[in-house]
Amino acid sequence: MTNYALPTQHATLEAQDAASEKLAVRNLNFHYGKFHALKNINLSIPGNRVTAFIGPSGCGKSTLLRTFNRMYELYPNQKADGEIVLDGENILDARQDLNRLRAKVGMVFQKPTPFPMSIFDNIAFGVRLYERLSTHEMNDRVEWALKKAALWNEVKDKLKQSGNSLSGGQQQRLCIARAIAVKPEVVLLDEPASALDPISTAHIEELIHELKEDYTIVIVTHNMQQAARVSDCTAYMYLGELIEFGNTDTIFTTPKQKATEDYITGKFG
Amino acid sequence: MTDTQVMRGSPPAAALAKKIPRQNMSKSISDATLKRQHLGDKLFRGTTRMFAFLVFALLVAIIISLIQGAWPALKAFGFKFFYAAEWNPVTDEFGALVPIFGTLATSAIALLIGVPVSFGIALFLTELSPKWLRRPLGIAVELLAGIPSIIYGMWGLFVFAPVFQEHVQPWLIDHLSPLPMLGFLFEGAPMGIGILTAGIILAIMVIPFIASVMRDVFEIVPPLLKESAYGLGATTWEVVRHVVLPYTKIGVVGGIMLGLGRALGETMAITFVIGNAHQFSTSLMMPGNSISSALANEFNEATSELHIASLIELGLILFIITFIVLSLSKLLLMQLAKREGKQT
Repeated sequence: MTNYALPTQHATLEAQDAASEKLAVRNLNFHYGKFHALKNINLSIPGNRVTAFIGPSGCGKSTLLRTFNRMYELYPNQKADGEIVLDGENILDARQDLNRLRAKVGMVFQKPTPFPMSIFDNIAFGVRLYERLSTHEMNDRVEWALKKAALWNEVKDKLKQSGNSLSGGQQQRLCIARAIAVKPEVVLLDEPASALDPISTAHIEELIHELKEDYTIVIVTHNMQQAARVSDCTAYMYLGELIEFGNTDTIFTTPKQKATEDYITGKFG
Repeated sequence: MTDTQVMRGSPPAAALAKKIPRQNMSKSISDATLKRQHLGDKLFRGTTRMFAFLVFALLVAIIISLIQGAWPALKAFGFKFFYAAEWNPVTDEFGALVPIFGTLATSAIALLIGVPVSFGIALFLTELSPKWLRRPLGIAVELLAGIPSIIYGMWGLFVFAPVFQEHVQPWLIDHLSPLPMLGFLFEGAPMGIGILTAGIILAIMVIPFIASVMRDVFEIVPPLLKESAYGLGATTWEVVRHVVLPYTKIGVVGGIMLGLGRALGETMAITFVIGNAHQFSTSLMMPGNSISSALANEFNEATSELHIASLIELGLILFIITFIVLSLSKLLLMQLAKREGKQT
């Protein structure tokens, strides 16, 4: 039970700079079987910015993230209604080709998930699904992706080794490299640093900062400091509703909602 | 006495709960306790080690007694035993070509049919099947594994073989025997029983084993790993081919080896349908013999020393075949690991 007055309608985005809207979520509802997990979410995610979803466990932030590439469809009884518009196309449309969507919207998970193959093949795997590249072009692409993920210098001499031979932080950067190797437009990060030590986390955060020049990044995080450090916009969610959405500075300094303030100042959550 | 009466008679539960930890706290771990734990640990280690070495001892004992039993045949026929097709108890001439070929051919057919089918079953059960169908299908597979082999043999002889003879074999002979290269495998008359029939029955017998092992190992693939591959836009087949299979390769090869082990050693079902003929033919339509069914059929009636020794040597050969197969599977796994890249 909550005592807060929850506004259900459109959360305003007052300071979006000049950034254009990349993803628009309209009247999104999500159900796990009978459980209503997302309630009428309306949200506009700007391009080439980092947008963070924060909120206590079970508030629906990961669920929201997983609707952006329709990952939930792997499981029965999970259903999303509403609209999510990416570049003018409703990605929830049943006619939307899933594989093409997922090539456009990459994802990195809580834990590093290197595939059981060499470091090189880990990167090349996704690329091979869509493009026929010559050996030379593929080498270039792998190098490019690994450089983007700030991993090249550490692995360039052992590309043939198993991806599992890397440390946890390196593995996570490998996963980020793998996600951007297919040149997506949106990169979804689901608590990408939750299993990492502080140094690796710092690496990842730096990386996020650099990646936003080319990609639209959406990150789910439990760590409010992290959200404050890396994001441009922040959405605070609670019990499946979007409580407040706006410029990260505003959310963290002068939130409009009492509920947001309580969560951010640590009074609850 | 009912529970409530006991409760009434005893001190309140809260008091009891308080008493127990207090007693424990006052007692620090004494040297005697430590010593006793140490001794228990030692004893445990010793016992398990003994069990493990028992395996070795058994293995060596079996090999020695097999060689000992086979000695007269080894001495009389030497290396010729492996490739001679003669098997004549009257003239005391024995060669193992027919049973060796029968065992290898039936097992190969069983795997050729069984592995893809099992893979499909396991894949469907773990990745594609709707939830409500998973349990009944899984149970059905396990039930198939529990059927005694003699039932398969009887079913094969009385039900499968006649149908096969009438409807399938003529077609195979008509259409496949003119093929170049492979045609010789399908020459002959439709007899119902024979190497191919035995191989198919074996396939049915090994499918539940391989399928349930494959299903178990497919299930341990972390969902996150699969999601990562799906997240890149891979199709179900691509995920299975490039992520699930490599991740589970040890288990999958293990499952196939389990099936192959059963196929190589299967006796009862094979004896029913293979024909038990000591005549060498490369055609899969013709009756043949396998090592284990030769042993089962002839051991009772073997009287001459050489006959018994030859049968025991067959057992030794089966042992060697199994050993070679296991070694090959280990080699295969090493090869696969090399392709994946060193783990450092």
